Amino acid sequence: MIDRLANLGATTLAAFERLGRASVFLLVVLASCTSLLRRPSLLVKQLYSVGVQTLIIVIVAGLFVGMVMALQSYYGLVDFGAEDSVGVMVVLSLLRELGPVVTALLFAGRAGSALTAEIGLMKATEQLSGMEMMAVNPMQRVMAPRFLAGVISMPLLATIFSAVGVLGAYLVAVQMLGLDYGPFWSQPQAKVDLYDDLYNGIIKSLVFGVVAAWIAVFEGYDCVPTSEGLGQATTRTVVYSSLAVLFLDFILTALMFSK
Amino acid sequence: MNQILVKIRDLHFSRGERKIFDGLSLDIPRSGITAIMGPSGTGKTTLLKLIAGQLRPEQGSIEVDGENVHRLKTRELFELRKRMGMLFQTGALLTDLSVFENVAYPLREHTRLDEAMLRHLVLLKLNAVGLRGAAQLMPSQLSGGMARRVALARAIALDPMMIMYDEPFTGQDPISMGVLVSLIKELNDALDICSIVVSHDVPETLSIANQVHIISAGRLVESGTPEQLGNSQSEWTHQFIHGDADGPVPFHYPAKPLLEDLFQAGRA
Repeated sequence: MIDRLANLGATTLAAFERLGRASVFLLVVLASCTSLLRRPSLLVKQLYSVGVQTLIIVIVAGLFVGMVMALQSYYGLVDFGAEDSVGVMVVLSLLRELGPVVTALLFAGRAGSALTAEIGLMKATEQLSGMEMMAVNPMQRVMAPRFLAGVISMPLLATIFSAVGVLGAYLVAVQMLGLDYGPFWSQPQAKVDLYDDLYNGIIKSLVFGVVAAWIAVFEGYDCVPTSEGLGQATTRTVVYSSLAVLFLDFILTALMFSK
Repeated sequence: MNQILVKIRDLHFSRGERKIFDGLSLDIPRSGITAIMGPSGTGKTTLLKLIAGQLRPEQGSIEVDGENVHRLKTRELFELRKRMGMLFQTGALLTDLSVFENVAYPLREHTRLDEAMLRHLVLLKLNAVGLRGAAQLMPSQLSGGMARRVALARAIALDPMMIMYDEPFTGQDPISMGVLVSLIKELNDALDICSIVVSHDVPETLSIANQVHIISAGRLVESGTPEQLGNSQSEWTHQFIHGDADGPVPFHYPAKPLLEDLFQAGRA
């Protein structure tokens, strides 16, 4: 019994210690971001590998999510003769929830895991130590550009996800199911609010971007530099990022859309 | 100028419960090759990381070129590191850059040389390790020995006052081993710098070292020139230098008597 209590205590302490390390790490990375003003090329390179290379999966996923949303809302609404509202339903769901959340989940799986693996492998092969020995700060050269690239990419990716999703919904609702395109476009135009819906969605994705990039970069930096440790760190990145995104989504939604 | 470059005093360091250094003190001169030897797991690599300021000791001090490494601010430590080169066991080359760019990396980071000058310097450094022809290869295309030579070219890029070699001979075939042995010697003599070689490859290290320190169990066991150690009266040193299977360092890991162990296994 005492042993169990002691274990619980030790686990809790270790978790808090890790959270503390992660917080200090975030502060150092944020402070290191200023060095990118002198080296914008490092950021551009990471924007390509973190942002541009995630684009395909975001576009494909956005298209299908939009198409499925249109189909499901059509089947639900047609019984009540409200099928003209398919457009506004899909657009609001995408902008407020699905765009930021699904993009963040995809980002954690595609870019987050890759970031953790890359940084972890750099640690395991002593590249980070090697940089330090060359009097080069890996926080400035490795961590900061990757973190910032994640933060910048996420809102852009989420916006693209939503836009492609609306396009997918249009294809299904108007082209396939033969709904009138007038209400499909005009209802969202009347109902969607720039601040309440669009901006709030972007703020959400920005928050998710900070959290997902932070977790990915920290897990890589803090991993045990063995093949097993690296595997665990990559898994943790995906699991923690996904859970954090879903949890934060609830908090943000409650804050933003409470009437 | 002070003839001692690295001064270690009463060094204590542990990893978890395990004590790695327990009051280690030694001096490393400003020129010549100093070897630090000892069995695997005695913390030789840890010692290099302590000297470079990548780890902090629990107690004691390390001075490099008159500066206490662990009292320096990050910026001062980085300034000091520009004058230190380190060769990691794996080479630690940046895998996304070519051989040329790897050697150019410290120069690009710390100097404002124009591209033509930089190219000259990099090619000269690569020529010194015999790999000018490999300048455009990527690190994944190099053998282990070549990767270490590229890392060596990178370590001397900023003309440091000292180079630390972490197990430079481990896992090398006889030819690469011979190349590395003579390279370390030639570079040390040509640049007149301080070379610290951490190794447990006895014949190779003794063939080039001017001074050897043997450490074990966190303490200095014996110091001297290779000849002095070869004639050492200490049983421990004798066992290490000649690679005897049994001696003061026992063949068996500490255990309870065999019979007792077998008996217990039978009962279980």
